[in-house]
Amino acid sequence: MNVPSFPIGPVRSVEGTAVVLSGDDIDTDRIIPARFLKCVTFGGLGEQVFADDRLERGGAHPFDLPEHQGARILLVNRNFGCGSSREHAPQALMRWGIRALLGESFAEIFFGNCLALGIPCLQAPHGRIKALQSFVEANPSTAFRLEVDAARLHSGDGQAWPLDLAPGPRQMLLSGQWDATGQLVSHDRELLDTAARLPYLNAFSTD
Amino acid sequence: MSAGTLYDKVWELHRVADLPGGSTQLFIGLHLIHEVTSPQAFAALRDLGLGVRHPERTVATVDHIVPTTSQARPFADSLAEAMLQSLERNCAEHGITLHGLGSGRQGIVHVIAPELGLTQPGMTVACGDSHTSTHGAFGAIAFGIGTSQVRDVLASQSLSMNKLKVRRIWVDGQLQGGVYAKDLILHIIRTLGVKGGVGFAYEFAGPAIEALSMEERMTLCNMAIEGGARCGYVNPDATTFAYLQGRPCAPAGEAWQRAVAWWSGLASGPEASFDDEVRFDATAIAPTVTWGITPGQGIGVDEAVPTPEQLDADERPIAAEAYRYMDLQPGIPIAGVPIDVCFIGSCTNGRLSDLRAAAAVARGRHVAEGIRAFVVPGSEQVARAAEAEGLDQLFRAAGFEWREPGCSMCLAMNPDRLEGRQISASSSNRNFKGRQGSASGRTLLMSPAMVAAAAVSGHVADVRRLLAAPTSPVGTAPEVLSEPVLSAACQP
Repeated sequence: MNVPSFPIGPVRSVEGTAVVLSGDDIDTDRIIPARFLKCVTFGGLGEQVFADDRLERGGAHPFDLPEHQGARILLVNRNFGCGSSREHAPQALMRWGIRALLGESFAEIFFGNCLALGIPCLQAPHGRIKALQSFVEANPSTAFRLEVDAARLHSGDGQAWPLDLAPGPRQMLLSGQWDATGQLVSHDRELLDTAARLPYLNAFSTD
Repeated sequence: MSAGTLYDKVWELHRVADLPGGSTQLFIGLHLIHEVTSPQAFAALRDLGLGVRHPERTVATVDHIVPTTSQARPFADSLAEAMLQSLERNCAEHGITLHGLGSGRQGIVHVIAPELGLTQPGMTVACGDSHTSTHGAFGAIAFGIGTSQVRDVLASQSLSMNKLKVRRIWVDGQLQGGVYAKDLILHIIRTLGVKGGVGFAYEFAGPAIEALSMEERMTLCNMAIEGGARCGYVNPDATTFAYLQGRPCAPAGEAWQRAVAWWSGLASGPEASFDDEVRFDATAIAPTVTWGITPGQGIGVDEAVPTPEQLDADERPIAAEAYRYMDLQPGIPIAGVPIDVCFIGSCTNGRLSDLRAAAAVARGRHVAEGIRAFVVPGSEQVARAAEAEGLDQLFRAAGFEWREPGCSMCLAMNPDRLEGRQISASSSNRNFKGRQGSASGRTLLMSPAMVAAAAVSGHVADVRRLLAAPTSPVGTAPEVLSEPVLSAACQP
């Protein structure tokens, strides 16, 4: 697989073709079945993404169609990524080549896991996502440009679709602080202050 | 916006800093780790040149990949063995307590932390597992995280988080005989949907909730995530305190009285306001069984698989997929659907009271011909307590296999799995396609007592009829026993 480098630093835009995965409540067991979690690195997950669904569809799964090879944007519907908290799911998508997701809604933990990898998940209402999915299915070779700051998807032929992205995640992506570790460890003093006022860390003493 | 709820109070207490972009740096009071979602986090830590900031606040066990027949090392599965060795190395290197196989304290992470008294009211609890919501049963704010966040907690004992809204789920009345916490949560998810809770924490309250034991509250909160709510909780009360008192890691002596005083003040008060409220009547809930491929596709055991016309338009596509995958036709009664495999266990229903409820059904009966049925205790402590009561003998006599503790066929990362199109009656939490180890395997979620009823009947059966019917030799009334209390000290 020809996979671009993983996100690093500010994530301002994502460019590439799109792939549609229709259906609500697509869970992380389907994105990456549990047997592939038997590993101590994320290395091989890209090839195993949607393994059982792809097997079931015998080459007709969108991730196997020639026109979607190299796609960077995944178009989904409601509650995508529900179920298990396994980060193996966004890791598998990322290692297959996905760099942004657009959908009607995302499961909470999945959204956070994507953000922690620098992969934006943007939302749009049902009608707009359906229209966009139809457009991509009719024009699979169309290249898009997703702008994170404007929360907008542009196609090469001048069409634009407005999307939603909460200010917090947007800021984290644009500043490169989606990788929170550096910030968190820099607040050690505040961390100790917090610990000092937690009763359960202080023998439940009141003073 | 919610105010004055337990969630608000615990959140404020653990707020370390406000981060750019509006998220909160939240202190994590208890971090639980296991072998599946931690190896990459430790590797990332090493790459960053960081250590574990507070190893004394992280506790490890091994659960997902352990075999439940023989747990002799090395495991036959070399990948599973490598994962456990990786966990052992990481814990040793960083000074983290690991409750390993044979320690007497090993088990499913969401079973052992409560039974050791590690989980306490007012804490924030994080673990790289979505069923961390279980710990909310104690009035903790507990949620699942991904591996990058496991890395962050290891590095900083904190997380970047956004506050959730709070929905109070008020349950009036009382659960009827043969109806359990599992049925209650399946009914709630059936009603509110698998995405109804996205963006919310669920506060479970009301007379029916107050009457639940701690183990039942754990079952309830465990599956909050299946309704889309990343955390669910119950306000701490006398039931909570009675469960905790005397546990190895619970406060003792004078600290106990101070702890109870503090815990008591955490509950959402009468002045608390919620972002949303939904009410249920426990009395009206029947034993509930899932027929489809999401935990929201549940029906009462006396109902039929819904027809498309009975469903909202936006539920029909996934229902159509479920009819096909499950090979269950709309309109057929769920009672009577033949079963191949029966699984009792998991972080949802692998505790002593769950095994007792199943045993009350199995007593004096036998697993139907052609059915494979097995019981996997949630922890070594649960196993020993159950064996002390003779439950292992009771199950074996009834034709069930009695296994060693672990996650087992809930997600089938160990050798316990469905084969081909087999259909299971399972006390676990997810009926997703392929969840139990076969890409075409099928799962019907239900309470442990209902699983036992299916095992002895050979098909989905209403446990209320079995509990009412006489069996040989004599008596079917479930024993009412107190939950186990331990007295050993907390030690590495």
